[in-house]
Amino acid sequence: MAEAETRKIEWPDDGVSRIPYQIYTDPDNYEDEQRRIFRGPIWSFVCTTQEIEKPGDYMTTYIGDTPVIVLRDLEGEVQVIVNRCAHRGNLVCINREGNTDELTCVYHNWRYDLQGNLKSVAFGKGVGKSGGMPDDFDRTEHGLQRLRVEVYQGLIFATFSDEVAPLTDWLGEEMVENIDRVVGRGMVLLGTYSQYMPNNWKLYMENVRDSYHASILHMFQATFRLNRLSMKGGIKLSDNGWHHISYSIAETDREEDQYDAKKLRAVKDGYTLADPTLVKGWREFDCGTTLAIQSTYPNFVVQQISNSLALRLCLPKGSEECELLWWVFGTPEDTEEQQEIRIKQSNMIGPGGVISMEDGVVGGWIQRGTKRDQEKTTIVQMGGRDVAPSAEGRATEVSIRGFWQGYRDCMGL
Amino acid sequence: MDGSVNLGADVRRQIEDLIADYAHAIDDDRLEEWPDFFTDNCSYRIINRENHAKGRRVGIMDCSSKGMLRDRILALREANVYEPHFYRHLQSDTRITGMDEDAYEVETSFAIVRTMQEGDMSIFCAGQFVDEIVFDGDTPLFRKRLVVTDSNRIHTLIVIPI
Repeated sequence: MAEAETRKIEWPDDGVSRIPYQIYTDPDNYEDEQRRIFRGPIWSFVCTTQEIEKPGDYMTTYIGDTPVIVLRDLEGEVQVIVNRCAHRGNLVCINREGNTDELTCVYHNWRYDLQGNLKSVAFGKGVGKSGGMPDDFDRTEHGLQRLRVEVYQGLIFATFSDEVAPLTDWLGEEMVENIDRVVGRGMVLLGTYSQYMPNNWKLYMENVRDSYHASILHMFQATFRLNRLSMKGGIKLSDNGWHHISYSIAETDREEDQYDAKKLRAVKDGYTLADPTLVKGWREFDCGTTLAIQSTYPNFVVQQISNSLALRLCLPKGSEECELLWWVFGTPEDTEEQQEIRIKQSNMIGPGGVISMEDGVVGGWIQRGTKRDQEKTTIVQMGGRDVAPSAEGRATEVSIRGFWQGYRDCMGL
Repeated sequence: MDGSVNLGADVRRQIEDLIADYAHAIDDDRLEEWPDFFTDNCSYRIINRENHAKGRRVGIMDCSSKGMLRDRILALREANVYEPHFYRHLQSDTRITGMDEDAYEVETSFAIVRTMQEGDMSIFCAGQFVDEIVFDGDTPLFRKRLVVTDSNRIHTLIVIPI
């Protein structure tokens, strides 16, 4: 189909401060996203090196909605390979994870090595001198599609693009620093799970970048008087606006007070926690950062909420559904007590998180709310209409605008 | 029979009643009663089958005291925002797999149908309860209730306990 036939979204005036409803529903636009974003000039997080530790270990996942195999080859190198047999398009890897020394398609036994090279074709020479592949069939031209890969601090990224800059250049210094801070000590996986949401993936990514809603939609802390007003905070954006960090820093020496269980119990009015150990933590980072939500374009999140550390990846599943994958982790340096604290704090996050569960449902409500009047737009003008780097304070939607700047750059909208 | 324990009919009936009463309390929206099915120093955890099999500790709820159970319900009533819905627990195949000095080890299969306010119904979750049940006098209580979900996926969110 010629590109001109694709129904183009009319981007409204006001730059990236008004977003057309159509962008969350249009199936043609979804197809364009797969091509121009997920197979475009971005680095996609796929999984951690923890999950493929030994040579031959593999797991299957997705980049956008393209199925891929992430594996450690027999030389110990990480490979990311499109999970599709060159022959008839069958999934080469059916299991979600495992260990193997070659990739064999179950359908017709086409065998590939762990770099994706086609090694043999069953009955390639035919049976009893009849049949077989044509003489000019060249195995070397029919390997699996192998992607560019970079591994940084145990995080595996891959890209379809030959043009995109090396990963750390693409992320920029500030983004790399936060990754170093949160995952640079090494990761010990404490658990993984998934949350399936009835909304377009971009609605979730807007939510991640939306520091404005945090104290309004999520009432757990306010209800139990856990708001910590002595915090300073802000937003960091990469130069092009694509990546963001929203952070809070506790005033020095107030943090211990805030986590003091006795003090929490002493609150006289309103509700108090029967067991305030839920919010007990320790000062993990010298910089005093108590919260940092980082997103790298388009769909990856590095989370530090107090001592709860996690990675999240939002996979598109059609234009009106998405799946959020979670990796909850600690560090190899954790004491037993610190690990217990992380486990307890995990009650605050994820699909059952007392602080953040609402993030799993609000996108679905927007999806339903915007079903009609597709030519209308949302308003994303808190804190201005532009993408000014490193805005002060958190009552701003600047990092959402940064997301849309990246989106328009990729999509040519 | 592998894994099952011979017990007096009374004990078995009391254990099965506890498991049924627990499910009815949740399905009837009598959630304030939920913590009372547990001992004070209890453990209630929801974890998916994969994490459980791999010995990973983090699940999607992890309460280590009766106070935390009570806080969960208070948060559900007063703080959390979600679309109203109900559960219907379907439970079967309770078997008592072991006992030590003071606790019975019990496993029960379950499935939960979730009904949303507009009427949408779905199988929200299926899995297994792995319980340690103790008797406080004549009253059976969960000392430990581990909910192992078959799927890694939770649809939308989970606010009502399983």
